[in-house]
Amino acid sequence: MTIDEVRQIILNILADIAPDEDISSIDDNTKLRDQIDLDSMDFLDIVMELRKRFNIEVPEKDYEHLATMAGCVSYLTPLLKDRPLAS
Amino acid sequence: MNKPPNKPPRDWLKGVLSAYDTVVIGSGLAGMTSANLLAKMGHKVLLAEHHYNMGGMATWFKRKGGHIMDISLHGFPCGMIKTLRKYWTQDISQRVVQLKNVRFDNPQFSVNTSFDKIDFTHILRERFGIMKEVIDEFFVTARGMNFYDDLVMTTRELFEKFFPGRTDVWRFLMEPITYANGSTLDDPALTYGIVFSNFMDKGVFTYQGGTDHLIKEMKQELLRNGVDIRTHCMVEKIYVDDKTVQGVRINGQDIQCRSVLSNSNLLTTIEQLTGEEHFDPEFIEEVKKVRLNNSSCQVYMGIKKGETVPHVGDLLFSSEADEYCTDKILSKDITSRTFSFYYPEIRPGTNRYSIVSSTNARYQDWANLSESQYRHDKRVLEQNTLDALEKYVPGIRKKVDHVEASTPKTFKRYTLHPSGTSFGTKFEGLKVSRDLPNQINGLFHAGSVGIIMSGWLGAANYGVIVANETDKFLRQLSPNLVTASA
Ligand SMILES: Cc1cc2nc3c(=O)[nH]c(=O)nc-3n(C[C@H](O)[C@H](O)[C@H](O)COP(=O)(O)OP(=O)(O)OC[C@H]3O[C@@H](n4cnc5c(N)ncnc54)[C@H](O)[C@@H]3O)c2cc1C
Repeated sequence: MTIDEVRQIILNILADIAPDEDISSIDDNTKLRDQIDLDSMDFLDIVMELRKRFNIEVPEKDYEHLATMAGCVSYLTPLLKDRPLAS
Repeated sequence: MNKPPNKPPRDWLKGVLSAYDTVVIGSGLAGMTSANLLAKMGHKVLLAEHHYNMGGMATWFKRKGGHIMDISLHGFPCGMIKTLRKYWTQDISQRVVQLKNVRFDNPQFSVNTSFDKIDFTHILRERFGIMKEVIDEFFVTARGMNFYDDLVMTTRELFEKFFPGRTDVWRFLMEPITYANGSTLDDPALTYGIVFSNFMDKGVFTYQGGTDHLIKEMKQELLRNGVDIRTHCMVEKIYVDDKTVQGVRINGQDIQCRSVLSNSNLLTTIEQLTGEEHFDPEFIEEVKKVRLNNSSCQVYMGIKKGETVPHVGDLLFSSEADEYCTDKILSKDITSRTFSFYYPEIRPGTNRYSIVSSTNARYQDWANLSESQYRHDKRVLEQNTLDALEKYVPGIRKKVDHVEASTPKTFKRYTLHPSGTSFGTKFEGLKVSRDLPNQINGLFHAGSVGIIMSGWLGAANYGVIVANETDKFLRQLSPNLVTASA
């Protein structure tokens, strides 16, 4: 998976979690929480979706990496780079 | 006419599999929500409920004359909309509507409110004369409290700090929360802060269609996701060997499973279903310190067909006590009641009304009465409640044609909670609940604990949190499970 594909996957997950939010204009370097209405349950959903879709386990100590879009992409890209984009 | 002699009892486990990934014990909101999630994640789930209805405390009953009574549908925070949408369905979440008129009536003040931050700020300024800066800082402090805060400060100290000596303000801020989760001024301030802020976010909400509609919708969704639902099924034992869950015994039948997610009471799960011998002694010491929360009494009043009730409010916190006082709120000699008024809008199309009065109560006050004394005391409770309601709905006795009371014994019978606890455990229960899987592989607990994880929202969200842990555990056992493609 490429960086762009990883970014798109995160956007897809966010769209499911927060359907009323405009996620198209997300700034990669600002905290997601400050741009869209996300609470701790929503972050748990991101973790659950990653496990469900890709078998990726994000340990609690790494949750901080998911705070921004840029953080998500740089944390997840190495974990997903050998995966084809699922059909 | 002639029933066949010795007709075998119905086998409620007919067709059950010999093994499951997870057995969920109990269909309260936490149990159902976790069962639903785990099934959606691709696990084989058995949901076992001893009662004939699902929902646990989120329940209802019907009586002759077309009455439907809701037990715990007095109101929940706005966050429930999101929880229902994310972990249940869009349709279910769209039925959540706001309660517009919450009332307080007591010797210190009489106030109407929409029960949200803006209105509370206004009332605290105008009615109670508190400075804007103090109110704002109080809200910020309450909102900022989280699980990792130190637990030294009690709610009493929090109030003392912001509103010294203002017992009227304390009552305004505390009474609804006491009814919502049984907490007192002496519980950790953070439990107050979290629950109060949840409500203050946007107000109090209810479910249009009633509890029966909600639970039926949830049941359909569970079935769609492949959960094997079994009512009339009592889980009698959780089998543990080598510190690992092996299976359960349900109605005398053994069923294997790789994990158990118990929505049964925390203490029951540890002491009775599993057995203390399977846990470390230090852990059991912590378990012994866990205090159960209080129970409740309710009086259900069904309004005759064709009769109406004027709009006197949705939720009414009424009290004859001079000041807010936990002991008085729990006393069998009742001075404080919360009335919930259910207008026809709650079940559109039915055109019926009902009123439910709730009070917090102690199990011991009701547990050891003789049968005749128990009946008598229930009648007294019903009559006193009608008397108290007369003030708000004149002529109430002519309007009702069904009156019935429940007590802590009733709650115990239907939900199996020790001492009929309405709101799980005090704060210390949360840590014990969270630690369970560290004691026994594959053993999880979700259900109202620790004050903050109780109520409809708390229980459902805790079900999600624990379903996540259970999923993580199951995937470690089968690393190749990938459920859905992106
Ligand atoms: C009178 C009253 C009013 C309330 N009002 C409100 C309100 O207005 N708003 C709000 O948000 N909350 C309210 N609550 C609290 C709320 O109802 C509860 O916190 C919540 O429903 C608890 O859900 P739970 O998942 O913890 O489990 P519970 O509802 O306690 O369910 C546990 C389930 O497990 C089953 N079970 C237990 N042991 C076994 C076994 N061994 N085998 C099989 N099944 C078993 C029980 O039968 C039950 O169905 C109220 C509670 C009460 C009592």
